[in-house]
Amino acid sequence: MKLGLVIDMDTCVGCQACVVACKQWNTSGTLGPLTDYTPYGESPGGVAFNRVRSYEVDVFPHSKTVNMPMSCMHCETAECVTVCPTGASYKREEDGIVLVDQDKCMGCNLCAWACPYGARELDEAEGTMKKCTLCVDRIYDELLPEADRQPACVLTCPTGARHFGDFDDPESGVSRLVRERGGQQSLPEMGYNPVNRYLPPRNRPHADQHRGSAPEGLAERLKGWLGLSVNR
Amino acid sequence: MHPALSVIVFTVASGAGFGLVALTLALELLGGVPGLGATGVLWAVAGGVVLATAGLLASTLHLANPKNAWRAFMRFRSSWLSREAVFSVLFYPVILLYFAGMWTHGATDATAWVYIAAVAALLLAAATVFTTGMIYASLRTIPQWHSALVPANYLLLGVASGAVLLTGIVAISGGGTEAVGQLAVTLVVLGGFGKAVYYYWIGQPQGPSINTALGMTRGRVRLLESGQSAPTFLDREFGYQAPASQLRWLRAVVYLAGFLLPLGMLLGLLATGQAAYAVLAVASMLGGLLVERWLFFAEARHTVNLFYGRQRC
Repeated sequence: MKLGLVIDMDTCVGCQACVVACKQWNTSGTLGPLTDYTPYGESPGGVAFNRVRSYEVDVFPHSKTVNMPMSCMHCETAECVTVCPTGASYKREEDGIVLVDQDKCMGCNLCAWACPYGARELDEAEGTMKKCTLCVDRIYDELLPEADRQPACVLTCPTGARHFGDFDDPESGVSRLVRERGGQQSLPEMGYNPVNRYLPPRNRPHADQHRGSAPEGLAERLKGWLGLSVNR
Repeated sequence: MHPALSVIVFTVASGAGFGLVALTLALELLGGVPGLGATGVLWAVAGGVVLATAGLLASTLHLANPKNAWRAFMRFRSSWLSREAVFSVLFYPVILLYFAGMWTHGATDATAWVYIAAVAALLLAAATVFTTGMIYASLRTIPQWHSALVPANYLLLGVASGAVLLTGIVAISGGGTEAVGQLAVTLVVLGGFGKAVYYYWIGQPQGPSINTALGMTRGRVRLLESGQSAPTFLDREFGYQAPASQLRWLRAVVYLAGFLLPLGMLLGLLATGQAAYAVLAVASMLGGLLVERWLFFAEARHTVNLFYGRQRC
């Protein structure tokens, strides 16, 4: 199995719901907690596995807003795993999920340096590296109804922009989406071979832009006012 | 990249310390350090070991969870950091064996095992500095580091600062500094040349762009919002950016304090034979190398910055 996500950049509206759902589920998950620093202070921050950033592509009037949610891509060439000196980082044989053994991590940051996508974040309170688990504590949980055995970010997405599945199966939903919509990798030229794919925005014409007319000259406007205000 | 003080001190101190050990042992194996007796050689090697140890201890300050540091020896087959840890720790029993041999026999070439211990210590010292460089050079995410120039610079600067230190030790002990001084001059010039090549090489952005990061290759891309209200780990670790004017100014400091000033002092030492010149050369070079190492981090641009709006890395 090669589990991963397909994210539709055409339908993602950048609402950050997946960020919140991820944080809510995983803060008590296998790699939790996702520590918050000064949550009630002036600049609250903390660990997150999933972040959504918004971009403008091209220039007005041809511009488009694109939102890009990013979590771990569970790369096939996972250099975050090979650089790890302690063996805390590992990639599972059976489904390709990359995880960090919290009992072995020494917090040297080298795996975060080796990740081109910024998927790994150091928990400065616990001193260990944390990352997206693809909700490994949820997708195999047989106590949950079958429809709920998906990552929290996928379940919560209000526009259905996130899809979870097995990329090794050519007939799975994610494989079909990638085939039909031209799913892309981020930074493909770097050769990390990320499993997660992004569906580019559909190629549609822009909506017609209303073009207003130039205001009339002063003489014309004066004439019009005179015509309205003078009674014969 | 965020220039962490612990890593800067670590790489400069361990580079100079292992460089001093390697150079002293190499000269000793080639027939004796010119101007230094057996006791002097022991002091020089011991000084190098102390400096390298101080550096290695500083490196542990960089760990967020040092209680697991012993596990760093576990992934020798894939991780350069693990290789560095193994080589640096293997160095200690070998150098202790060498000290024991010098204590009992009084000379490096007295018996075979002392000689072998000296060769092994020399190789392990060089291997440690090389693996330190490879930790950075193995990261494809940072184009400014992903080059053979990086381990080459670490080795050259380590052995050059070691040579300046050795010249200082010979000068203070009152020996003839002619030969080691000339060696130090050569290595400082080589080190400076290597660094100049590196600065020239990183001059042009050559890494991936924001367009391939998003998969939007047909138009200009700019960041609208990062979706966060406070700086995160990614900003603190990778987002560090110094003003270009400061970087230019500091490069001048590196050339001046790291290479030109030590070179002048060494030439002064060769001309007059006064030990004060050697001490000034050591102080200037180590100070210059601290700035050089700070720049090594400050000028490195990680690909995470593409997702925060940088056009090219």
